[in-house]
This record gives sequence, structure tokens and C-alpha cells, in this order.
Amino acid sequence: MLPLSGERINAKGIISEKLDSVDTLRGSSTLKRGFAHMQKNGVVMDVTNVEQALIAQEAGAVSVMVLDKLPSEVRKAGGVARTASIKIIEEIMDSVTIPVMAKCRIGHVNEALVLQETDVDMIDESEVLTPADELRHIWKWDLTTPVVNGARSLAEALRRIEEGASMIRTKGEPGTGNVAEAITHIKKVNDELRTIKSIYDSGDNQDLVRMAREFKVSYDIVEQTAKLGRLPVVNFAAGGIATPADAAYLMSLGCDGIFVGSGIFSADDAQERANAIVLATTFWNESDKVKEAQKMIDERQSIPGLDVKTLDLRMQDRGGSA
Amino acid sequence: MSLTLGVLSIQGDVLENVLAVKAAIDALGIDGTVTSVKTPDEISKVDGLVIPGGESTTIGRLSVANGALKILKEKIDQGMPVLGICAGMILLSKTAQDKVVGNIDQPLLDILDIKLERNSFGRQRESFESDISLNSIGIPSFNGVFIRAPAISDVGSDVEVLSKFNEKIVAIKKNNIIGVAFHPELTSDISLHKYFVNLTNTLKN
Repeated sequence: MLPLSGERINAKGIISEKLDSVDTLRGSSTLKRGFAHMQKNGVVMDVTNVEQALIAQEAGAVSVMVLDKLPSEVRKAGGVARTASIKIIEEIMDSVTIPVMAKCRIGHVNEALVLQETDVDMIDESEVLTPADELRHIWKWDLTTPVVNGARSLAEALRRIEEGASMIRTKGEPGTGNVAEAITHIKKVNDELRTIKSIYDSGDNQDLVRMAREFKVSYDIVEQTAKLGRLPVVNFAAGGIATPADAAYLMSLGCDGIFVGSGIFSADDAQERANAIVLATTFWNESDKVKEAQKMIDERQSIPGLDVKTLDLRMQDRGGSA
Repeated sequence: MSLTLGVLSIQGDVLENVLAVKAAIDALGIDGTVTSVKTPDEISKVDGLVIPGGESTTIGRLSVANGALKILKEKIDQGMPVLGICAGMILLSKTAQDKVVGNIDQPLLDILDIKLERNSFGRQRESFESDISLNSIGIPSFNGVFIRAPAISDVGSDVEVLSKFNEKIVAIKKNNIIGVAFHPELTSDISLHKYFVNLTNTLKN
């Protein structure tokens, strides 16, 4: 079982009001990581308005992620991308029963606090928006609301978890409709997990210390992760997912679930595609069902993909060195 | 006879429940196994089933899509023991209302006569841990982990209330069916899973 308690004193959460004459605890690591556990084997869909959020819920999404613009639009628009309008987030929260997440800029503590105050269910400290602080991500242990972070490698993932991330997703390359980078990232994380697991199994503590130094994280988290043989928090795939087959492939690589950004609502058959991607994610290991799902979409309606090599803006590099 | 337990693995907190049921089987020293089940064929083979936490709308819609919901209802109506956790308890109910959105049209098993409110304690920021008790089934103290939890305001005459928190009903039992609003699988306390495995064992033999 994945560790839920977190390692830090302040991960124990805050004692809030007494109810039924017993103390109740909010914002504990168990509650924050536990929320991510409830999302497993599900699809989180990027939405920009109530209409899209309702389509997502109807399709069986486990959550919606509210943005001002879909990642593909952010890419076209240029300029500075910030957190979405609070009014739109609130309208969506009043319209759907599934959890509502929203993105804040990397390192922008007060955008995160605003989203926490808005009562969103999870905050995505996201490279899709323009970073506010490339060197320091948000210290997430202090928030009551759980936070998900992107990562391209095991080192990046563990650094975010040490800062208090309750969930990790691969970065991929957002807004491209090109799943190649997401596949590269999840395979890299898996390879690195295998490496540290084999070091752990061989009992070579010195080599684990070396890995910790290379990853720029503590020895403890490397040892804990190596022992588990997987990330110590729920791990989703994201970035460039456009079709049911994309979703099924990422699930087969061991992801706990997926985020779909522009792939659904930049396509011309959004409703059908939303249904199809959820089906393919749930039944990823039943090839007849994935085929059925793939048949529900029309490739001519897919988001036109972008070759990652020719991009001027590589969102995945944002905050990556910190 | 060997006991076969299942955890519905459409969506949600499946692995933690598999591990908790396995620990319960071992602690009780019962001859039994636990597997995750998804297809109607797999569901048809189990003696008892945990419906885990997750998103009830997702689990409901996808159980309709693969035909799981139909066989689940048949088996539970015929007396198969079931432990519904959070979303699982929502699925067992006849109707579900949301605290903010109101009436919701979502696929349900339509079995338990309870008045249930989804997200009853609020959104994720209001999720909480607190000690609760389930005295009538011999669990005086339990760390209740409530995550965007539902609660029940009223139950039909054939439904037994196992636990209340802050005037809201958070655990119920009706013959072969147990429903809880909190997540026992997110704690290291396996007493509720043990109670469920024992119930399944008693009803089978």
C-alpha cells in the first residue's frame, strides 16, 4: 500500500472545530493523498466552461480541470497564461457533482491560496501556465487543498513530492495532440524506478545515496520509493493525449489514470470523444472494448497534432530544473 | 469451503481494498482469496464484494457500459454480502442528491432505502478525519477518513444505523449489505474489513 501519512510533522494537518465533542482533522496527508486515490483509473478532463464540464461529467470523467484557455489555445495565444476566472470556476463547481480542479502558475503561492479559498478540490501547479517562480515551486505541505504536479523524470517527481505534492502526472507536451512526450516521460520514470529498485534489492546503500544526490532529493524518499518500486503517490499520465488508443496505451504502461487537455474539447467530436476516452481508460486491458471506443471517434475530427521538435515553446521544460 | 472475495475494479481505490481484505482473511485464518473483479463473468464468481471509493457517477456509468451493474443488482438482491464504501454506498442507494447541485440523474443499484446526500460535509477542503464508533458491530472506536463524503439523513424501517457523526448517519447495515461513508481502506485498521469477511463467511457456510 502507498504511504499516506507523509513524512513531515506539518503533514499531519490541522485540528479544526470540535464536532460531536471529538477533534476533527483537516488537510492531513492521508486526506490529501487519499483524495488522489479516489481518482485512480479515471480520466480528468480540461474544461473552460460549464457546458464542457457537464459533457465531461456525463461521459464519466472523475474530475474536471478548469482553465481559462485549453493548452492548445494557450500555445496559440502566447503572452502570459494565468489561473482561470474565479467566477467561471465557481459556476462550474455549482453545476457538477464530480470534483473540480484548477491550475495555478508554478511557484505562485497566492494563486494557489486563492484557489484553495475558492474551494477547488485539487490544485494543479502547472507548466501550461506561465511560471511565476522557476526556481521554487510552491511549498505544498502548508496547503489544506491537495496539489498535483507535473514531472518528466523520477528526480522531478520526487522533488515535487518532497515539497508536498499529493499526486504526480507526467508532463508530456501539453496542447500538441502528440502523445509521444507523455510516453517518453512515463517510460523514463519507470526505467529509473527499476534502477533504484534493483539498487535497493542489492543492498547497496552507498549507491542509493549517490542516486539521492543525483536526483537532488533526500536519501529517505529515494529509499522509500526504491522499496515500493513505484512512486509513493498516485501517478497519472498527461500531455498530448488525443485518442482512446492513446489513453489505453498510457494505462498499459502502469499509469494510475490520465489527464486529457486539449484532446477532447479542441476536437470537433468532443462529446463522443469524451465518452470514448473514458471507456478506453477503464477497459484498457480489453482490446475489443478499446477498439469499440476507438471506433466512436473520427480521426478527421481529431486535434491536428504538432511535431514536438519544431515547437517554439516547450512547456515541459518549465520549472523542470528546480 | 474456500471463500472468494472480490473488489469491484471499475474505478477508484481498488488496490487498498484488496490489501485490506487480504489482511482480514489472514487475520481471521479463513480459507479464502481476494481478487479485483470487473466483468460480469468475474463478478458472478465471488461470494462477497467490496464496492470501493471513487467517483460514483464514473463507476455507475461504466458498470452500465459493461453490464456489471445488472449482475451486481441480481447478486445483491439474492443475498450476496456487499460492503459499499463512500461511492460504493452511493451506488447501493435508491436515490442520490447532491448538497449543491440537487437532484442528479446517475445510474444506481436502487437497493437501499436511504435518504442520501452526496458531498454532504462539503468539498475536499472540508474532508476530515475523526474518531467514530460502530458499537453495534463490536467496533467501539475507528478512525473515520471522510473524503468528500456522502451522509444519510434518514433510513427506511429495515435499515440499521451503525454509526452517526455530527447528527448525520455515516454507516448502515441491511442484512447482507453494509454501507459506510468513510474509507477504512485508507487506515491500517482492518476491523471493518474483518467484520465484512466474517459476515460473508457466515452467510456462505
